[in-house]
Amino acid sequence: MAEPLLSVRALAKRFGGVLATDGVSLDLAPGELHALIGPNGAGKTTLLAQLAGSLEPDAGSIVFEGRDIAALAQHRRVAAGIARSYQITSLFARLSVRDNLALAVQARSGSSFVFWRPRSAEAALFEEARSIASKIGLAGREDVRADALSHGEQRALEVGLALATRPRLLLLDEPMAGLGPEETARMIGLIERVRGGTTVLLVEHDMDAVFRLAARISVLVNGRVLASGSPEAIRGNSDVKRAYLGEELAARTTSDPP
Amino acid sequence: MMREPNVKAWLGPLLAAVFAIALPLALRAFGQVFYVSFASQVLIYALAATSLNLVLGYGGMVSFGHAAFVGAGAYVASLLLHAGVDSAWIAWPAAMAVAAAIALATGAISLRTRGVYFIMITLAFAQMLFYLANSIKAWGGDEGLTLARRPALGFGVDLADELSFYYVALAILAAALYALHRLAGSRFGHAVVAMRENETRAEGVGLPVFRTRLACFVIGGAVGGLAGALLACHGKYVSPNVLHWTQSGTLMIMVILGGVGRLWGGVLGAVALLGLERFLADFRIGWLAALVPNYAQHTSLAVGVVLLAAVLFAPRGLAGWRRARDG
Repeated sequence: MAEPLLSVRALAKRFGGVLATDGVSLDLAPGELHALIGPNGAGKTTLLAQLAGSLEPDAGSIVFEGRDIAALAQHRRVAAGIARSYQITSLFARLSVRDNLALAVQARSGSSFVFWRPRSAEAALFEEARSIASKIGLAGREDVRADALSHGEQRALEVGLALATRPRLLLLDEPMAGLGPEETARMIGLIERVRGGTTVLLVEHDMDAVFRLAARISVLVNGRVLASGSPEAIRGNSDVKRAYLGEELAARTTSDPP
Repeated sequence: MMREPNVKAWLGPLLAAVFAIALPLALRAFGQVFYVSFASQVLIYALAATSLNLVLGYGGMVSFGHAAFVGAGAYVASLLLHAGVDSAWIAWPAAMAVAAAIALATGAISLRTRGVYFIMITLAFAQMLFYLANSIKAWGGDEGLTLARRPALGFGVDLADELSFYYVALAILAAALYALHRLAGSRFGHAVVAMRENETRAEGVGLPVFRTRLACFVIGGAVGGLAGALLACHGKYVSPNVLHWTQSGTLMIMVILGGVGRLWGGVLGAVALLGLERFLADFRIGWLAALVPNYAQHTSLAVGVVLLAAVLFAPRGLAGWRRARDG
């Protein structure tokens, strides 16, 4: 593998008596789409939060583009090129789609310590917000308040806010959560368009989407990386089958959980 | 982005300006100069409430210690005048600078907390200043300081003249409102509101939450300090009461009554609350007197009843009232 974009070594995070992240090491090659799967409570979101910077690890290193960022505040990591989306939709609910995206664009392009000049005069900022809106399928919906969007549209904006920061590493936390088949297909399309230009770490429960999108997959169980490899290797791995896919298949044969 | 039709947006402020400019002339014509002084006091409180509205309304930082900055400004201006510094051009900026410095120091600590902890810690800092002012003899202790005169402004303006003082206070308030209008429309203003709406996501899109909030807190503190300086110069008196927590409470009530996070919220709240108190004190309201026992001693209780009604019927504040009824 070429010089990895992101290199995680021996990362650990403890909550009381629970080791939520237990010595995780992970490498992401530039441009790859790496999926992170595992049963509920495996520590996927906890790991993502430590990579994004909203949660401080107890031990270990996170090297991004050759620089240890483990002690960097979240907004500085965004500036460095790491952005995340949230499993539970987290938008500026009472602001319009345009203002949501404009905030993310403004955070990336120039300072927010401009006190006098009206932001509305910044044509380039809103032009970029408009182009992201159309990229995520929300063209023509820019004036709608985020809380008035459908669930599928909100999930698209959720990803759009991360994209607006122009990340080189995009951390997606279950972007398909709660989406219908049609919306899921649209989300897969969006991620396919992002993939290649941007390195993506995708946490997802939708196995069809994972196996369709990912170049490599890591399986997280009880805070530990159980296996890491190509989709074929993961599919054939007996440990993984036992720990994760088996449980998933068992659940599918009875009925789809809500 | 889209330009709103400007006539409608400017009509309200224009009418308010015409009214505010004509008011003292009319009062003088009717021989009610006392009310000019009262109107100046309303303007100063409007300025203080507006500065709190930036922090509380726009920034979503529920500060229960705004009296600290108002009081600091009042004491700085008073002590400078007491020491023989006569120029308002020194006393007022100095009041702002000291208030800003206190806001920077207390904000740097309190903005690391959230929710009820933030409310309590801002209250605690203000109370510390209150007890400090009470205990320092050179500051007049609990009796406070009486000033021999108002400061000099120059340019042929005599602040001792009630009308002149009124127009100076009006000009400062107008400048502050315009500045708030510009601030709210700027990148900084949008960032501050974004952090109120969703702090997690604001940080998540790369906005520096702590620094931005601290800057907002300091600006609010500085303008609060200016209001305090004006208050002391207006009354030619300062005492620890200006630092008391009930002052913070009064300013909060003004903001909530007027409209949280609305440009005119602080002004409307100050006008409504102080106007109401004055009205109830100066004119006996028959039906309220019947409703409230010992009315004469309990005008503040009567104010409370009216406030309750206002909160019930205009939950978004006076500035949001019309919009609420329209939509």
